[in-house]
Amino acid sequence: MKLKWWHVALLIALGLAILSPLASPWPDGLERVAEDKGFIEAALEPAFELIPDYVFPGLGNERLATILAGLVGTLILFGAGYGLGALLKGQR
Amino acid sequence: MHIPDGFLNTATAVTTYVVSAGGVGYSIREANRKLGDRHVPLMGVMGAFIFAAQMLNFPVIGGTSGHLIGGALAAILLGPLAGTLIMACVLIVQCLVFQDGGITALGANVFNMGLVACFTGYYLYRAVVSILGESRRSTLVGGFVGAWASVFVASIFCAIELAVSGRSPLGVALPAMAGVHALIGIGEGLITSAVLAFVTATRADLLELQKV
Repeated sequence: MKLKWWHVALLIALGLAILSPLASPWPDGLERVAEDKGFIEAALEPAFELIPDYVFPGLGNERLATILAGLVGTLILFGAGYGLGALLKGQR
Repeated sequence: MHIPDGFLNTATAVTTYVVSAGGVGYSIREANRKLGDRHVPLMGVMGAFIFAAQMLNFPVIGGTSGHLIGGALAAILLGPLAGTLIMACVLIVQCLVFQDGGITALGANVFNMGLVACFTGYYLYRAVVSILGESRRSTLVGGFVGAWASVFVASIFCAIELAVSGRSPLGVALPAMAGVHALIGIGEGLITSAVLAFVTATRADLLELQKV
């Protein structure tokens, strides 16, 4: 099979997911504002959890669990984007 | 900028759900008319790249980080409506699978980081390219400007939603959100320009695809 451009692009995205343990652990802009302005405690716990906080559950090693969560999500989103595109295009 | 459950009042949550559902529905109709074979793998790659890149928080200032939103990048490559669809996919999966962004706030998150970011990013990019003339340089400058503004404007809408929901007065929330996101937007602009530079160097034809 000849390697197409988007095979390489998907590999780049999966490579980024592998780098995910290097991400800054600091709160993001909205979380920072919510802390500073005193309404962070209004946040509610989610009703259910699958892979909360981008850490795949049940793995002892948090770096590996983060990488696995990243790889899973990246593949789900590739499938969702490709599938949605194929579905909509196919209806013409 | 993912709003969790509990931040928005019911009126704001419902209003943004209705607007986002309308925007996504319209985007699906238009995509159905305009998407071609060559858009399909790009849709998949954009979803994958934006999800992975959003995990990579970069430090901004003392104790605060930011990450790519990606709405401007998706809109520049695919068009604002197809870009909105990709952002909706990313935000729905982040909400349902990764518990990032509340289910009751999904409408607001799709509105801010989908519709607002994609339309702001796309039309500012187009404006810069039409002022500077078609060239690689104007693509990169337009990408930076559009991406920076997409984060800045999205944060303003987020602040308005928080203020309307009674979390923080607009005079407090707006400067705080816009201020920190003016800095985060620089990261968005740099990443977006870098990706556009890579695309123009390797697969410039992707920039010529019909925008949806």
